[in-house]
Amino acid sequence: MAWELDSDRPIYTQLVERIQVQIISGYYPPGGKLPSVRDLAAVAAVNPNTMQKAFAELEREGLIVTQRTNGRTVTEDETLLKGIRMQMAREKVDVFVQTLKELGFSQQEILSLIQDVIEGEGKNE
Amino acid sequence: MSELIELMNLSKTYDSKFLAVNNVNLKLPKGKIIGLLGPNGSGKTTIIKMIAGVLQPTEGSILVNGNPVGVESKAKVAYLPDRTYLLGGETIDKVIKFFADFYEDFSVEKAYEMLKTLDIDPSRKIKTLSKGTKEKVQLILVMSRQADLYILDEPIAGVDPAARDFILRTIINNYNPEASVLISTHLITDVEHVLDEVIFMRYGHLVLYTAVDNIREKYGKSVDAYFREVFSC
Repeated sequence: MAWELDSDRPIYTQLVERIQVQIISGYYPPGGKLPSVRDLAAVAAVNPNTMQKAFAELEREGLIVTQRTNGRTVTEDETLLKGIRMQMAREKVDVFVQTLKELGFSQQEILSLIQDVIEGEGKNE
Repeated sequence: MSELIELMNLSKTYDSKFLAVNNVNLKLPKGKIIGLLGPNGSGKTTIIKMIAGVLQPTEGSILVNGNPVGVESKAKVAYLPDRTYLLGGETIDKVIKFFADFYEDFSVEKAYEMLKTLDIDPSRKIKTLSKGTKEKVQLILVMSRQADLYILDEPIAGVDPAARDFILRTIINNYNPEASVLISTHLITDVEHVLDEVIFMRYGHLVLYTAVDNIREKYGKSVDAYFREVFSC
């Protein structure tokens, strides 16, 4: 299945985000092997050079490591992984809080709304 | 030398008055998948035919891998024309044999593999194939070569969406850092994710040559949306 990509942002940025999520969520576990640029480009149905650029960015961030003999693997640096996980969650929450503020919600209302939703989820399970 | 194609002051006039390609200067690198985009009649097919060596430029010159267009360049260029050229009476098997004899870089194995993936029976005669299947066979013949340059003139216009995906995947899987692919098309949305760079043409002029992600970064829109803006009627 080709990856769904937004039409208004650079493709390479979206590939970086997508692979970040796959790493943070454990789809690619710490120390685990990543597919080759070519294979992943084929899966995503994107240009191999663009995938290469995304991998280079992830390498720069330290999320993936190139092994000379073993291709590319996910970093085993748990602190780094936790940091990026936190940062991604933080960005989502920022956007969420901002949106609710624009709708006129107070901090207290936002908190109790979150509480309600989470408790509701618990009941459904 | 990393330039694969070099167009210098390239012009083509039809009937000594209609200027189809007007003084185009362009250098295209190796290892890229490049879209050649423009409205009907903007000169895309004319440029392609000159690079493939089936049309002579009126003015200017073309170098492919440093060589002028000729026997040597043609041996390294795999060209998919915008219309069919296969003889109807032959079977696919026979055509593959012919291609293998004709082109040193043709892989029979690769051709049969792709036919199998697309579920096309090689013993069928060309004339019994539907229009879309014929186009698939032609693309298979082109992509089975180990060329330096693949030129595909409207490769996806006539086939169904599933076959389009196959074609694009074939182009990705075939990717080679030493070779480039030049694709002309109107269906920008379908190919956009696969392209490195795009060339915009209008009235025979080169309007723009840039990377896909540059357009997205700079204008916050897809190449397709940007194209519609630039060429809005």
